Amino acid sequence: MSCEPWQCAEVAATKKANPITKPEVAVAMIKRAARPLLVVGSNATERSMEGRSLIDFLIDFAKASKVQVVATAHMVGEFLKRGYTPAGFMSAMDIGNRLVDPSWDGLDGKGHPDLAIFVGLPYYMEALILSGLKHFAPDLRTITIDNLYHPHASWSYPNGSLDDWANNLKVMTSRFEGGQ
Amino acid sequence: MTSKNVRVKIGEMKTSTGLVKNLDISIGKLVDDSWEEPMGPTPMPSLTTLRNWDLTLLNKYKPFYLPDCDLCCLCTYGKCDLTAGKRGACGLNIADQSSRIVLIACCIGAATHNGHARHVVDHLIEKYGRRYPLDVGGLNVKVEAPVTRLVTGIRPQTLGDLDEVLTYCESQITHLLSVAHTGQEANNIDFESKAFHAGRVDQVGMEVADIAQISVFDFPKADPEAPLIKMGIGTVDQTKPVIMCIGHNVVPSVGIIDYMKEQKLDDKMEVVGLCCTAIDNTRYFDRAKIVGPISWELRFIRGGFADVVVLDEQCVRTDCSLEAERVKAPVIAASEKNCIGYKDRTNDPADEIVADLVSGKVPGVLILDPEKVGEVAVKVAQKVAPMRKKMKSLPTLEEIRELAKKCRHCNMCQRSCPQDLKIPEAITAAAEGDYSKLADLYEECIGCGRCEEACPVKLEIHSYILKVGEKKMLSETNYCRSGRGAVQDVEIRSVGGPIVLGEIPGIVALVGCANYPHGGKDVYDICREFALRRFIVMTSGCSAMSAGSYKNEEGKTLYEEFPGGFEAGGVINVGSCVSNPHIAGAAIKVANIFAKRSLRGNYEEIADYIHNRVGAVGLAWGAYSQKAASIASGFWSLGVPVLVGPHGSKYRRMLLGRADKPENWEVYDARTGNKVNVGPAPEHLFQTVETPQEAMVAIAKLCLRPNDTWKGRSIKLSHYIDLHKRHYGIMPPDIHRFVRTMADVPMTMKDEVTKILKEKGWKETVIPDPTLLPRMIRKKKE
Ligand code: SF4
Ligand code: SF4
Ligand code: SF4
Repeated sequence: MSCEPWQCAEVAATKKANPITKPEVAVAMIKRAARPLLVVGSNATERSMEGRSLIDFLIDFAKASKVQVVATAHMVGEFLKRGYTPAGFMSAMDIGNRLVDPSWDGLDGKGHPDLAIFVGLPYYMEALILSGLKHFAPDLRTITIDNLYHPHASWSYPNGSLDDWANNLKVMTSRFEGGQ
Repeated sequence: MTSKNVRVKIGEMKTSTGLVKNLDISIGKLVDDSWEEPMGPTPMPSLTTLRNWDLTLLNKYKPFYLPDCDLCCLCTYGKCDLTAGKRGACGLNIADQSSRIVLIACCIGAATHNGHARHVVDHLIEKYGRRYPLDVGGLNVKVEAPVTRLVTGIRPQTLGDLDEVLTYCESQITHLLSVAHTGQEANNIDFESKAFHAGRVDQVGMEVADIAQISVFDFPKADPEAPLIKMGIGTVDQTKPVIMCIGHNVVPSVGIIDYMKEQKLDDKMEVVGLCCTAIDNTRYFDRAKIVGPISWELRFIRGGFADVVVLDEQCVRTDCSLEAERVKAPVIAASEKNCIGYKDRTNDPADEIVADLVSGKVPGVLILDPEKVGEVAVKVAQKVAPMRKKMKSLPTLEEIRELAKKCRHCNMCQRSCPQDLKIPEAITAAAEGDYSKLADLYEECIGCGRCEEACPVKLEIHSYILKVGEKKMLSETNYCRSGRGAVQDVEIRSVGGPIVLGEIPGIVALVGCANYPHGGKDVYDICREFALRRFIVMTSGCSAMSAGSYKNEEGKTLYEEFPGGFEAGGVINVGSCVSNPHIAGAAIKVANIFAKRSLRGNYEEIADYIHNRVGAVGLAWGAYSQKAASIASGFWSLGVPVLVGPHGSKYRRMLLGRADKPENWEVYDARTGNKVNVGPAPEHLFQTVETPQEAMVAIAKLCLRPNDTWKGRSIKLSHYIDLHKRHYGIMPPDIHRFVRTMADVPMTMKDEVTKILKEKGWKETVIPDPTLLPRMIRKKKE
C-alpha cells in the first residue's frame, strides 16, 4: 500500500489527501456527513473483483449506507439493469460544476452536499475533478473509495490490490448493515 | 487590390438590422475596393473589439476549472503554490492561472497554424508571385474564404491578399501572447475572452493555409467525390522503396512527389504519410498512402517500414529521429521549425547529401529547400531500400518470452501509461508464453512509449505490443476519402433551410487527434451512427483516418458506405488540420448564402446567428494538442459547442451551462424585443464526455437550437430520446426543457413525453426569432 499518486505525474503541491488506513475511517466520515453524495463513473462496469463487477459492490454499499448515488456517463442504464435506481445522473463535468457552486441544493433540492465520494471514473478525469473541488469548493470534503491513491481528494485509500478493494467495499457495506 | 490606411468614425448609422452608434474603426490596410458588400462593424478586430460578445457567451457558459497543476512556475518569483485560493507573488490566483494556460495553449495553436500558413504562402508567392489567383472551387464556391471575410473584412483573391490577412493575424497573436506575461491581464474571464480571440485568428490562419494550397497545388476543389485513398500499412508494397512523411506541412512532400513524377518513378516507389501530411499528400497525389494517425509514429518507424523518414512540422515525435536511427532509416528534417540538431545541408549538392545519408556517415540532415528534399529523399530511398529491407527492431516472440521473465512486477509501466493499460499482467502472461493479453493492448495503446521510459529493467514494452499485433497491423487495408476542401455554395443552398429549420437534425464534426481512450473504433462508431441517422457528418485530420479504418458487415469503409456530399447522411472529409475552417465556413455560409446575412467584418451577428440556429457540434474524441485547443476556441467564439473525449479533460477548463438555472436560458425575440426562455439549447459550449455512449447522447442533445421549427425540434428530439433510451435505458428526464409546444413532441413518443411534461409541470412557450444581441431587435419595446 502506498500513498503515491497512482499515475506517476499526478502530483499535488501543498494539499494532499490524507490516507484512509482502514475502511472504518471512511465509514466514520460518511456517517458523520449530513449530506453525502456518491459519484460513480464509467469504470463501474469495467472493473471486477471476485467475479463481480464493481457496480455490484457499489449497489450493495449504496443500499446499505443509503448514500445518494449520482451516475456519470451512461452508468445510469447499468444501475437500472441491475434493479437499482440512482438518485440522479449527469455528466462527470456537470456534477463537478454543481459541487463548486455553493448555491446548488443537491439532487433533491434539500441542501448542498457536505461530502462527495468518488469512485470509478477514469483515473485522470477523477483526479482533475477532485483538483477542481480542492481549489474551488473549500468547504466540501471529498473522498475516493477507489483502490488508487488520489492526491487531490481530502481523503483517499492508498494504492491497493483488487483484493484489498473488494475487502474495503465489503467491510464498508457491512458496517452500514450493522456488522462489526 | 489596393492598400490604404483607413479610419472610419460613425456617430450614428441605420442599417437593415438596427442602429449602430459611436462606431470607430481603425484599419491599417483596407483591401479590395471592388467588393460591393458593405463593411460590417468589426473588421480586423483587436483584442477587445468582440469582448462583449465573448462575455455574453462566457456568462451563459461559465468556466469550470480543473487545475492540472497546483503550481505556477512561469517567472522567478515562483514557484508559487496557488492551492485553493492562495495568490502567487504577482497576485494571480488559480482561476487566473488556469485561464492563462488556456490562453497560452490557444496562442501556441494559433501561432502554429499561422506559422504554417506563413510558410506556405511565402513559399508560394516566391514561386508563383503575389498575383496568383485563388480558386477553391471555381464557380461552385463564390464565397471562397468565409472565415477570413467574416473576421477581417477582406475578400482574398490572390496569394498576395493572403499575405495581408496573415499580417493582421500575426499582430494579434503577438498581442495575445503578451497578455500571458506576468502582471498583465488580471481577470480569468478576460483571459478567456482573449483565448476566444486566439481561436478566431487561428481559424483565419488555417483557412489561409488551406486555400493557398488548394489553389496552387490543385487539391480537390470542393469535390464531394474526392478520390478514395488506400489507407493502412497493409496497402503498402514493401518490395518498393518507401518514403515516410510525418507532420503537417505538405510543401516538402510536394517536392518529393514532383521529383518522383519527373523521374517517372511514381509507380516504382511508395510515399506514405502519418498525421496530417498524409492527408495533404493524397490531396496532391492520389497514389500516396495514409498509414495512420499521429499516435502510430513509433509503430511504423520501429516496425522498419520506412527507407527514409521525412519530418516536417507539428505533432512530430521529438524522438522520431532516434527511432529512425535504430532501424537505420536516414532522416531528412525539412522544416525550419524542427531542425533536430542536424547540419543544414540546404546549399550542398544533392548527390553529396545522398552519399552521406546512404553510407550512414550522418543519420540525418536538415534541408530547407523542398525541391532538394524531393531529390534527396527519392535517391536515398532507392539506394537504401535494398540494403535495409529486413531491418526491424521488433524482437521475436521467443525473445519477448525470455525478456518478459526479467519483469519485477513493479507496476511502474502501468502507472506511467496514460491509458492505465494492464501491462504488468500482460508481461507476466508473456513470460509464460501467453501473448494474448499483450495482443489485447494493441488497439488501445496510443504509442507514447511512456511505459518503456518507466521500466526499471528497460523492457521495450511498446515493441512487444507491436510484435504480437503485427499480423493485425499488416492486415490494415482501408479507405479514406482524400480531403475535399470547402463546401460548395450550391450545397449550402440546398441544405441551408433544412439545417436552420432543424429538419436535418444536425451537423456533427469529428475532428482532431488520436489520443483516444480506447482506440479509434469509437470514432467510426459515432460517425456511422449519425450518418445512418441522416445528420451531416464531417471529419478532418487524424479523426478522418480513424473514421475510415473500420468496415461494416459488407466490408465497406464509411467513405464507401456513405456519400461525400454536404447532405443528410453524407460523410465528408474536409482534409487536414488546416482544413477545419471549411467546417466553420459551412456554418458561416449558411448564414450568408441561405439567410443572406452580410459577412464582411460582421462577426458578432453571424456568430449569434450560428449559435441560435445552426445545429452544429464538434467532437474531438482524441484531442491532445494546443492546436486542437485553438481550433476548439474558434468554434466556441462562433457559439458552436465542442465535446472532447476523456483525455480532453486535461485542457483543464470546461465551459458549462447550467440547465437547472432557467434564468440562464433567455434570448431576445428579435420580432418583439421580449425575452423568451428557450431552455438549455445548446446546453454546453465545451464539455468532456467519458464514454462513446455519453458522446452520442450529448451530440444529439447539443444539436438543439432555439430557432428549430416544431417539425425540426420534433425530429431532433426523436434522435435525442432514442439514443438516450438506448444508452441510458431511460427517457431523458429533462425533455420538458426542450418542448415549447405540443407540436414539438415526436408523434411516436407522445405518451411517454406527455407523462414527463405533466410530472414536471410543463408550460407552453413560444418559438422566438432568437438573438442574444439587443441591437438585433427589430421592434423596440415601449
Ligand atoms: S507568474 Fe505569478 S504565480 Fe507564476 S510564478 Fe510568477 S509570481 Fe508566481
Ligand atoms: S506506449 Fe502504449 S502501453 Fe506504453 S504507456 Fe503508452 S499507451 Fe501505454
Ligand atoms: S515497469 Fe517493467 S519491471 Fe515493472 S512491471 Fe512493468 S514491465 Fe515489469
